[in-house]
Formats: sequence, structure tokens, C-alpha cells
Amino acid sequence: MSNAAEAMPVQAPAPSIIEMQAVHKWYGEFHVLKDINLVVGRGEKVVVCGPSGSGKSTMIRCINRLEEHQQGRIIVAGIELTSDLKNIEAIRREVGMVFQQFNLFPHLTVLENLTLAPIWVRKMPKKDAEETARYYLERVKIPEQADKYPGQLSGGQQQRVAIARSLCMKPEIMLFDEPTSALDPEMIKEVLDVMVELAQEGMTMVCVTHEMGFARTVADMMVFMDRGEIVERAPPQDFFANPKSERTRLFLSQILAH
Amino acid sequence: MADIDIAEEIPLPAQQRPPVVTSGVIGWLRANLFNSVFNTILTILAVYLLVMTVPPLIRWAFIDAVWDAPNGQACRGEGACWAFIGEKWRFIFFGRFPYDAQWRPLFVVVIIIGLVLASCDRRLWGRRLMLLWPAGLVVVGILMSGGVFGLRYVPSEYWSGLPLTLILAVVGMLFAFPFAILLALGRRSNLPAVRVVSVAYIELVRGVPLITVLFMASVMLPLFLPEGVTIDKLLRAQVAFILFAAAYLAEVVRGGLQAIPKGQIEAADALGLGYWRRTRLIVLPQALAMVIPPLVNNFIGAFKNTSLVLIIGLFDLLNTANTALTDSNWQGFASETYVFVAAIYFCFCFFMSRYSQRLERTLNRGHRR
Repeated sequence: MSNAAEAMPVQAPAPSIIEMQAVHKWYGEFHVLKDINLVVGRGEKVVVCGPSGSGKSTMIRCINRLEEHQQGRIIVAGIELTSDLKNIEAIRREVGMVFQQFNLFPHLTVLENLTLAPIWVRKMPKKDAEETARYYLERVKIPEQADKYPGQLSGGQQQRVAIARSLCMKPEIMLFDEPTSALDPEMIKEVLDVMVELAQEGMTMVCVTHEMGFARTVADMMVFMDRGEIVERAPPQDFFANPKSERTRLFLSQILAH
Repeated sequence: MADIDIAEEIPLPAQQRPPVVTSGVIGWLRANLFNSVFNTILTILAVYLLVMTVPPLIRWAFIDAVWDAPNGQACRGEGACWAFIGEKWRFIFFGRFPYDAQWRPLFVVVIIIGLVLASCDRRLWGRRLMLLWPAGLVVVGILMSGGVFGLRYVPSEYWSGLPLTLILAVVGMLFAFPFAILLALGRRSNLPAVRVVSVAYIELVRGVPLITVLFMASVMLPLFLPEGVTIDKLLRAQVAFILFAAAYLAEVVRGGLQAIPKGQIEAADALGLGYWRRTRLIVLPQALAMVIPPLVNNFIGAFKNTSLVLIIGLFDLLNTANTALTDSNWQGFASETYVFVAAIYFCFCFFMSRYSQRLERTLNRGHRR
């Protein structure tokens, strides 16, 4: 990963890598995202939290256009997201995503899961793609599972494969949509460890998660959402110590209670 | 499972142990055939029916059968007259194809079966097989019609019997299947025009019997063609058959497409695969593997449906068999003929069914979800 870490500061002088300006979205009549303004700098780690149904997943899924916004602008890695398929695919190449349900391809082996996109999208020769894949499997600490099928792995292992799959595309940004919510408690740590390492290497990360311990460790900025709005944003020490809004305080008291 | 563990840890009192005789012939009989009054009655009934039907059948087909006879008169007796099949098998297989050139359709049958068998081996799946198919079909076309390389020209009216059935079926599936996939994808497309056309096509064709489609192809279509333009009758039947089979297959494929979880599509999108790569690499491999049983069901149905072309006067396997029955020297051997033809159909269909079971197992290996 040292290459990527070195390459990062050299690249484009852009101060921000994700920019959401006055973004709105509706599901039918339901206003899911209300006037979202968010700027994420290169290498910055943003943790998004909030009650369920608050629109956090929808927001990060707008960043790689898994959801379409209806108003406002979203600019990712210097490219504006419009309905232009070329732009969408260009952005998706640079943005990795990890899902709550892993979404590995069950008909392919772990190695094939990892090499698929590099071979078909990045046009990487098969041998190089496999080399990269083995490197990232090593990084997520399951090199011995390369030839198994996803169904033969535990949840924690599957999620680590999913992270490795995204990393194989050498993305500039990683989105995490509740990556540990579907895991048994004893497997959460192995996934978070991988994510912490990734954060320490300078990856730009936007994570929707309720793991507040993780948030404290890695976040540069906490974003709290409720009912489709960004209610509060602050560095983690301020966010946890003295939240400004009543809603944030209530939410934190609920999830930190036990 | 849990019960067994407990049983091992805490010995049960002797009278609660399961009955001793559960293995061996008597145990098996008792467990499977005589385990209740109702099942005992059913077993006795079934045995009675078998005793009534099987020995006479064996007597007819083998013991009393006549294997060799100069003509129909000499062949009449209690048993089957297999001499008739011995006399007519060549006509049933190759029909009206010129007698001295019948090695050509024989090769065609061998080539088609060879191609199908090669395609059944997953290790051979790849570009070379994709090239082998068109090459094989060109050779089939040359062998059947001739007119080049010193082969006598044989118009398609004379193509008949097993080669015709196999050509209709195999070429039919070969074209119908990809078309069906496109139709199924079209039916689920986001583009309204594509969706409407696909739905309309599928519903229209499915709502009409195959015989009607064949009639339209053979009788109505020529009426609409301009003067002097003719399209070969076999070709018309073949196209009608493809268009018909595709509509059915499309619905089966759609069933598979619908069973793909949304997360799979999102994951493929997030990796930037784009629609066609996503469809080819992620969606279709999973969707098709899931629908192998109904897919093969359709293939078997379509294979047997080829026999309907006799309605428009093509000489497929069933029609050549029918024609063989009209020989005035050999009257009244319909049972033998139909048993023989049924056995041929059965061989092909049974092969398809067995192969699909094997394929299902290999594709689902290590594929738990």
C-alpha cells in the first residue's frame, strides 16, 4: 500500500475530493435527503451516524450513483455526477464500496471476485490482477481462502474479502455502508481492524456506522443525520464531548448507554 | 441430530430403543412397503398390476417376437415383428434422402451429436467451441444439400428422418436461447420501448399454438411475399420454431433474472462493470444456473415439438415412421414402429435430463448462500 500512500499527496491539487452541494432527493412524496452539503477532503475520514431511516445510506449511495439525486450537485474526484453514463462509470472506478450484506459474487471464487473488475474494467492482465488480489488478501489477513467460494467463509471473512475486492480497483475513495451491522459480534473487530489500518494509510473514507469506538479512533469529522438532514458536524472530540443539538445528544445517549 | 447426541450420552431403557430389524431385506420391506395398512394394500395392488402387465409385454417384445422375415405375411404372430424395423430402419432414419447418398445424413447425425456432446463438457467451454459450432453447422449444411465438392444436390424437401429432427431441434435451441435471453433482458429493461416490444412479443407468441405458427410460416407467409420470391419451406419452419421456442425460454430466463438479489447488481455497479459486463459476468451465470431444471424442461419439450412439422408436410422422424407404415407388403406394424421411434426420442430426452442434473450439481458446488 506504500505506493498509494506516497502517490496520494502528489496527485491533483484539489482541496476536496467529494463535494455535495444542496443535494435533495425524494422517494415519491417522501423527502429523504434535504439540502445536503458535504465536503470531504482528500485523505479525510468522515463517519456518518444517525437513527435508522435518517437517510445516511441514501446519502453515501448518491456518491457513486447507486441512488440518483434530484436536485443539487455532486462532484467526485473532479467529475460531476449527471445522468451521463460515462461520468458515472468513471466515478465508480475511483470509488470503492463496501455493503452491509457483503454482496460477494457467490458463483465466483474469492480470487475471481477480486480479479473480475480489474480485468474487465481496468483491463489489467490476468496475472497482474491475481498478484494484486493476493496482495490485498494478505492485507485483510485471509490469503489462504483465495480458492474458496464466498459461501464457505464466515461473515467476517466475507466482509474482509469485500473490502479487498474494492481495494483491488485501487480506488481513491472508499464508502462503507454499515459494514459491520450484519456481522456476529465476535467478527466485528476483525473487520474494524482492517478498516482502521486502511484509514491509517491515508485512504479517503466515508463510513456509515454505529461503531463509535471506531469513529473515535479514525474519524476526522463526525456527521450526524436525522430525518434527511445533516444536523451536526464536528471533529469527534467535540462531537462526543459536547454535542450542540438536542437530537444528537439524544441519539448519542441511546447508543452509548450500554 | 440433537436427539442422537442425547441418546449417546444418556442410555435409554431397553424397551425404548428402536426396533432391531431396520436393515436387511425384511427390514427394508417392512419400512418401505408394509409400514401401514394403506401402504400394504397399495403394495399388493402394485405387485398385482406388474404381474399382469410385465410378463405379457416381455413375451410380446422378446419371447414371441419375430426377428427375421421376408415380408409382412411371414411376420404375423403373437409377438412383435422386429423384422419390420429391420426392413425399414433406414427409411425411418433417413427417409426420402437419396438412398445411395445416405452416408451424408448419417455423418450429419454424428456431427450434431458430437457437437452437442463436446458442448456438454464444461472444460471445453470457450472460444474454440464457439468457433466449432458455426464450422460444424456449415459442414452439416454442405452434407445435407450438396451441390459442391462433387456432392449431388439434394433439395430440402428430401431432407428427412432423424437428421431433420436433430437439425430442427439443435439449430432451433441454438438460436432460440440467445434470443430468449435478449427478450428476458428486454422485458426487464428500463427503456419503455424495449420493454413494451419484448412483452408484446412474448405474450403474442405464447398465446398462439405452435401448429398455428407453423401454418402461418408455411401457408400464409408465401402469400405476403412478392411475386417470384420464395423462401425454403424448411427454413420457414425452422424460423417459426425458433421464434416460438424463444418466447417460452424467455419467461424461464426471466424467472432466473428476478431471483438475483439486488445487492449483486449494486456490487457490480459499484465496481464500474456497466450494464453488459454486469449482465454477462454476474447476472446471467447465476440466473441461468438457477433455472436449469425448467430450462431443460423447455428444451425437452421443444425437442419433441419438432414432430409437429409433419403437419406442414416436412418428413421428420415421426413422419418417416408414419410413411414407413404405408408399405403394402408390410401392413399393420404400427406398435413396433411407434415403440421404436419412442425409444429414439427417449434416448435423447433422457440424456438431456441426466446431463442437466449433473450440470446442476457441478454449478452449485461450493455455492451455498
